[in-house]
Amino acid sequence: MILDGKCPTGPIEQTWDKYRFDLKLVNPANKRKYNIIVVGTGLAGAAAAASLGELGYNVQAFCYQDSPRRAHSIAAQGGINAAKNYPNDGDSIYRLFYDTIKGGDYRAREADVWRLAQVSNNIIDQCVAQGVPFARDYAGYLDNRSFGGAQVSRTFFARGQTGQQLLLGAYSALSRQIHLGSVKMYNRREMLDLVVVDGVARGITVRNLVSGEMESYAADAVCLCTGGYVNVFYLSTNAMGCSVTAIWKAAKKGAFFANPCYTQIHPTCIPQAGDYQSKLTLMSESLRNDGRCWVPKKQNETRPAGQIPEEDRDYYLERKYPSYGNLAPRDIASRAAKEQCDDKRGVGPGGRGVYLDFADSINRLSEDTIRERYGNLFEMYEKITADNGYKTPMRIYPAPHYSMGGLWVDYNLMSNVPGLFVLGEANFSVHGANRLGASALMQGLADGYFVIPSTIAGYLATIKPGAVKADHAEFKKSAADTNAELNKLLNINGKRTVTDFTRELGTLMWNNCGMARNEEGLKEALKKIPAIREEFWQNVKVTGTGAEFNQQLENAGRTADFLEFAELMCRDSLHRNESCGGHFRTEHQTSDGEAMRDDVNYCYSAAWEFKGVDKEPELHKEPLKFEHVHLAVRSYK
Amino acid sequence: MSDHKTMTLKLIVWRQKNANDPGKFETYTAKNITDHHSFLEMLDCVNEDLILEGREPIVFDHDCREGICGTCSQVINGLPHGGSERTTVCQLHMRLFKDGDTIYIEPWRARAFPILKDLVCDRSALDKIIQAGGYTSCHTGGVSDGNAILIPKPVADDSMDAAECIGCGACVAGCPNGAAMLFTSAKVSQLALLPQGKGEAKARVLAMTNTMTDCGFGNCSNHYECQAACPKGIDVKFIARMNREFINAQI
Amino acid sequence: MHFFSSSIGKKIVMAVTGVSMAMFACIHLIGNSTIFGWLNGGVNAYAHHLHALPLPIIIGFRSVLGLLLAIHVWYGIKLTLENSSGRPQQYAVKATKKTTFSSENMIWTGVILLAFLIYHLLHFTLQTISPETAALKNLVFVNGIDMPDVFSMMSAAFKNVAMLAIYGLGMVALFLHLAHGIQSFFQTMGWNNGKTLCIITKVSTLVALGLLFGYMSIPMLLFANILK
Ligand SMILES: Cc1cc2nc3c(=O)[nH]c(=O)nc-3n(C[C@H](O)[C@H](O)[C@H](O)COP(=O)(O)OP(=O)(O)OC[C@H]3O[C@@H](n4cnc5c(N)ncnc54)[C@H](O)[C@@H]3O)c2cc1C
Ligand code: HEM
Ligand code: HEM
Ligand code: SF4
Ligand code: F3S
Ligand code: FES
Repeated sequence: MILDGKCPTGPIEQTWDKYRFDLKLVNPANKRKYNIIVVGTGLAGAAAAASLGELGYNVQAFCYQDSPRRAHSIAAQGGINAAKNYPNDGDSIYRLFYDTIKGGDYRAREADVWRLAQVSNNIIDQCVAQGVPFARDYAGYLDNRSFGGAQVSRTFFARGQTGQQLLLGAYSALSRQIHLGSVKMYNRREMLDLVVVDGVARGITVRNLVSGEMESYAADAVCLCTGGYVNVFYLSTNAMGCSVTAIWKAAKKGAFFANPCYTQIHPTCIPQAGDYQSKLTLMSESLRNDGRCWVPKKQNETRPAGQIPEEDRDYYLERKYPSYGNLAPRDIASRAAKEQCDDKRGVGPGGRGVYLDFADSINRLSEDTIRERYGNLFEMYEKITADNGYKTPMRIYPAPHYSMGGLWVDYNLMSNVPGLFVLGEANFSVHGANRLGASALMQGLADGYFVIPSTIAGYLATIKPGAVKADHAEFKKSAADTNAELNKLLNINGKRTVTDFTRELGTLMWNNCGMARNEEGLKEALKKIPAIREEFWQNVKVTGTGAEFNQQLENAGRTADFLEFAELMCRDSLHRNESCGGHFRTEHQTSDGEAMRDDVNYCYSAAWEFKGVDKEPELHKEPLKFEHVHLAVRSYK
Repeated sequence: MSDHKTMTLKLIVWRQKNANDPGKFETYTAKNITDHHSFLEMLDCVNEDLILEGREPIVFDHDCREGICGTCSQVINGLPHGGSERTTVCQLHMRLFKDGDTIYIEPWRARAFPILKDLVCDRSALDKIIQAGGYTSCHTGGVSDGNAILIPKPVADDSMDAAECIGCGACVAGCPNGAAMLFTSAKVSQLALLPQGKGEAKARVLAMTNTMTDCGFGNCSNHYECQAACPKGIDVKFIARMNREFINAQI
Repeated sequence: MHFFSSSIGKKIVMAVTGVSMAMFACIHLIGNSTIFGWLNGGVNAYAHHLHALPLPIIIGFRSVLGLLLAIHVWYGIKLTLENSSGRPQQYAVKATKKTTFSSENMIWTGVILLAFLIYHLLHFTLQTISPETAALKNLVFVNGIDMPDVFSMMSAAFKNVAMLAIYGLGMVALFLHLAHGIQSFFQTMGWNNGKTLCIITKVSTLVALGLLFGYMSIPMLLFANILK
C-alpha cells in the first residue's frame, strides 16, 4: 500500500494556516461529550492533555511514574529551538525549516517540518507566560545559545535544565486543568494494550502498578505520547522505565511502525564504567559550544591528557568539518568519535572515549563564565566520574539517545488506525533520519500545544461521541489477554533474570544495529534475536505475583516487547540499503567515511505492518516529495 | 571494572509488603561492589542475587538515574538521599562507602507520604499542592511575545534557583515535622518573582499553603533540615519569602 | 482557611507573642540591673516607681503579658502536637545536619520557662514563697520615702543554693529557647534572605547569651556576697 500523509499542498508558507482553516471544528457545547485518552505526560502528553482539557474535552491522562512531572522530558538539558531571530543573526522560520530538513538528511515531510518551524515561536511565548525562567541578559531580554547542526543562535535555555523547566511549565498547565476537573490524572498506570473496535481505536488497557489490577478505559480518541524506544540498546540516556511497550502494543493492533532503524547516538555522554552499569548519562551537547573534542595523534597513547602537547593532539572535528567544527551534527560527531576509537586512539578505560577539553574557553572566558553556563553539568560529571572537568578534560563517548522512528502518522498526527493519534518522540514525523539538537523539545510542545488541539477536532467532528463503553467485549478480551501474558511470564520461573536478557539483547543491538551497521551484522542479529526471545520465554525468572507492586513483572513485560521490536528494527535497517542520518550502513560511505544516501531507491518513509511474531512484517511506503528544499548531499565541511 | 578493589557491605533494609503491612527491617549483604557502582546499581546487584535465590527483590522508586526526575527516594543512615551535598540517591556513588560498612536504608517517612511497598511511598500530596495553585492561569495560545515583558537576569536567576526543585520530597522526609514548606515555597517563590506570576500571587500562596495543611504535612519550626536534605540545594530563604507572601496576602 | 488556624498563621502568632515576651525579658533585665545602683535608690527605688504607677497601667500591663504568655503557650503546645504527628514513625538511625538542640527542644525549654515563671511570680510578685522577706511588707525608708525592700528580699533569696539552682535552670531554659526563638522569629516573619540568615542566627544567640549572663549575674553576685 502507498501511504498518504494527507499533506497540504501549495505555497509552503500558507500550508498550516490554510489547512487549519479548512479543518472541521467541534462546537464548544459538544466538546465535553468527547472523551480523549492521553497516554504519557511528557512535553507532548502534558501539553496535549492541558490544552485539550482547556478546550473543554474530557481528558484522561496516564503515566507510569508516580507523578506526571517525572516524564523523561525532565532530563533534557541543552535547550529548545525557535526561529525568533532575537540575536538578528539571520534566522527565520524558513531557515529553521531548511536546517531541520537538511539535518534530517532529507527523510522527513516538508509540510510537517514547516509547521513545526512556524509554531516554534509560539512555544517560547507560551512557556514564558507559564513562568518558565529562561536564561535572560541583564536588560531582561531572552538569551540564546547555538546548538549542533545550526549556524545561528536560536536555542533558548534554562541553565542546564531546559527540559525540566519546560516540562514543569506543561505540568503546571496540566495541574491547573486537573484542579478545574477537565483532566483526570492516573499515575502509576502502565498501558499494556490498545483496544481497537471495528478498526477504530476506542481505548486502552492499563495495569495499576500499585495494586496490579487490569483497568479498562474507553474514549473517542487515544493519543499516545509515550516517548522513545532507545532502551532497546539497554544502555542509553533514557530513563529506566522508558520502553517501546505502548507503541509496540499499538503496532500489534494494526498501527504502522515507521523508520524504526532511525535511532540517534548522542556524541557527548559519560563513558561506561563497568558491566554492572544500568544507564548512561548525557552531557548536554551545548558543551560543544565551549569544549573542544580531541584524541591523541598517537595510537594507544599512554600519557595523561595534561602531558600530551598541542602538536600531539588531533582536534578531529575541527579538522574534518572546518565550518561547523565542534558543532557538527550529532550523527556525524558520534561517528567521528567512534572512528577515532576504532583507530585505537580512544582514551580512558577500554579506549572507548575522547576528550572534551575546556581549557581554551576557561582561558578565554574564565572558569566562572564556564561554571555559569554549565555548572550543573560539570557537577554531574564529577559526581559520576570523580574527575574535575575544569582541571582535566572530560572523557566522553557516544550513547543511544533518541529515536527518530516511531508510529507512522499523517499530517493530523493520526496513525493509520482511526482515532489513534501519536505525538512527540513516539511518532516518526519531523526529524527524518536524524534529529538536530534542541528540536525534540520543540516538537513535543508543538504537537501538544498547537497541532493536536486543531487536528483532533477534524476527526472528532466526524464521529459520534461515546459510541463504545469500557464494558464492551473487546475491552474484556484485551484485559484477559494481557493478564494471560503476564501470568505466563510469572509461571516460567526459569534461571535467568529479566535484566540479564535485556542486557544481552541490548549488547547485540549496540554491536550489530548501533552507530554503524552492515548486512552481515544485521543478518546475524536477525538470527540471534528470535533465539534470545525463545530462551526468554523458556528461562526467565520473574518473582512475585501479578496482584501486587511488582517491578520485576513490569520490566519483564517491557523486555518481552523489546525482544519483538528489536527484530523489526534490524529488518528495517537491513532493508534500507543506504546510509542516511543516524542510519549508517558501512557499505554506503564515501572514501572519507561520510554517509551516502540513495535518493533514487530510498527517498521514502518505511512503515511496517505487524503480521505476527515470527512472521515477516509487511512494508508500506510513503514517498517523500521535496518541492522547497532540494535534495543535496548533506555536508558540514 | 577490574582495576577497582571491591567491597562487601551489610545492608539493613526496610521491607513492607504493602500499605497495610507493619513492615520490618531485613539484613542483606552486598558483594563485589566497586567504587564506580552508583548506590542504585549496588542495590541492583543485591536484587539480582535475591531473584536468583528466588527471594523478593527490594522494591525502590527510580527512573532517570541522573538526579533530575525526583523519583528516587531513600533515607540512608538517617539522611534523605544519603546526605551528601546536592546529591540524589541515584547519583550517590559507592566510593563514599568503605568495605565492611553497615548501611540502613529506609523509605521517606512522613504522615503525608504513606508507604506503598518497601522503599516506595505515595507522594501524590505534592501534586495536590501544585494543583492548588502552582501555575499561572495563562491559556494555550494568545499570549504576548516572550520579550514583551523584560525580566532582568538577577530576577530570572533567582526565580530559576527556586524552579530547580525536582519534587523529590526529601525536604519533607528530612523535616522533623514532616513539613512541605521548602517544596511549596520553591514554587510560590519562582512564580511570585516573575511578572507573569505576580497577579495571582496572593491567591496562590493561600491556596497552596492551605492544601499543604489539608494533605497532612506538619508546620515549620525553622529547623532548616530541609535545605540540608535538598538535592538541589533549595534555600530556606524561599520559605521566608513564602511567609512574606503569606503576610502580604492577609493585608 | 482562617489565619489563626493556617499553618503559617499559627507560626506568626508564636513568633509575635514570643518576641514580645522576649522584649519584656530585656526590659525587665534592665530594671533588675538597677540593683547595681545606677538608679538612685537602687532596685528598691525601681520597684517603688513601678508600684507607684497608676493601677490601671499596672493591671493593663500585667494582663497583656499574661495574655501573650497564654496565647504563646496554647499555640506552642498545639503546634508541637501537630508537628510531632507530622512524622509518626521515626528513622532507625537518628541523624540530622542542621537542627539544633534548642530548635528541637523548644517545647521543653518552654515548659520549664512556664514553670519558672509561675514560681517566679509567686516568689517575687505575690511573694508567697518566703513571706518573712516579702518586700511589700518590710519597707525601708530611703531618701525620705518608704520603699519595698526588694533588695533584701532578693539577697535573702539568693543566699539559698536551691533558689540559685532554680533560677539558673530557668535562665538556661530561657537561653536555649531564645537562641532558636529570636532568629526563628525573623524567618517566620519573612525578614530574611540568603545572606541575612546566618548573621541573624549569630545575633540571636548573642542576645540570648546576654540575657543569660545579665540575669544570672545578680543572683550569683548576691550569693557570693559581692553585691551588698
Ligand atoms: C538525557 C536527554 C537529554 C535531552 N536533551 C534534549 C535537548 O537538550 N533538547 C531537545 O530538544 N531534546 C532533548 N532530548 C530529547 C527530548 O527530551 C525527548 O525527545 C522528549 O522530551 C520526548 O518527550 P515526549 O513527551 O515525547 O516523551 P517523554 O517525555 O519520554 O514522556 C513519555 C511519557 O509516556 C509515559 N509512558 C511511556 N510508556 C508508557 C506506558 N506504557 N504506559 C503509560 N505511560 C507510559 C511516561 O510515563 C511519560 O510520561 C533529550 C533526551 C534525553 C534522554
Ligand atoms: C535571675 C533572674 C530574675 C530576677 C532576679 C528577677 C527579679 C524580679 C523581681 C525582683 C521582680 C519583682 C519586681 C516587683 O514586682 O517589685 C520580678 C517580677 C517579674 N519578673 Fe522577674 N526576675 C528574673 C527573671 C525573670 C524572667 C526570665 C522573666 C520572664 C521573661 C521574669 C518575669 C517577671 C515578671 C512577669 C514579673 C512581674 C512583673 C510585674 O510585677 O508585673 N523575670 N522579677
Ligand atoms: C517568657 C517566656 C517565653 C519567651 C520569651 C518565648 C519566646 C519564644 C520565641 C521568640 C519563639 C519563636 C517563635 C517562632 O518560631 O518564630 C518561641 C517559640 C516557641 N515557644 Fe516560646 N517563649 C516563652 C515561653 C514559652 C512557653 C512558656 C512555652 C510553652 C509552654 C513556649 C513554647 C514555645 C514553642 C513550642 C515554640 C516553637 C514554636 C514553633 O514551632 O515555631 N514558649 N518562643
Ligand atoms: S525542595 Fe528540594 S528536597 Fe524538596 S522536593 Fe524540591 S528538590 Fe526535593
Ligand atoms: S526542616 Fe522543617 S521545620 Fe521548616 S525549615 Fe525545613 S520545613
Ligand atoms: S532517579 Fe531520577 S532523580 Fe534519582
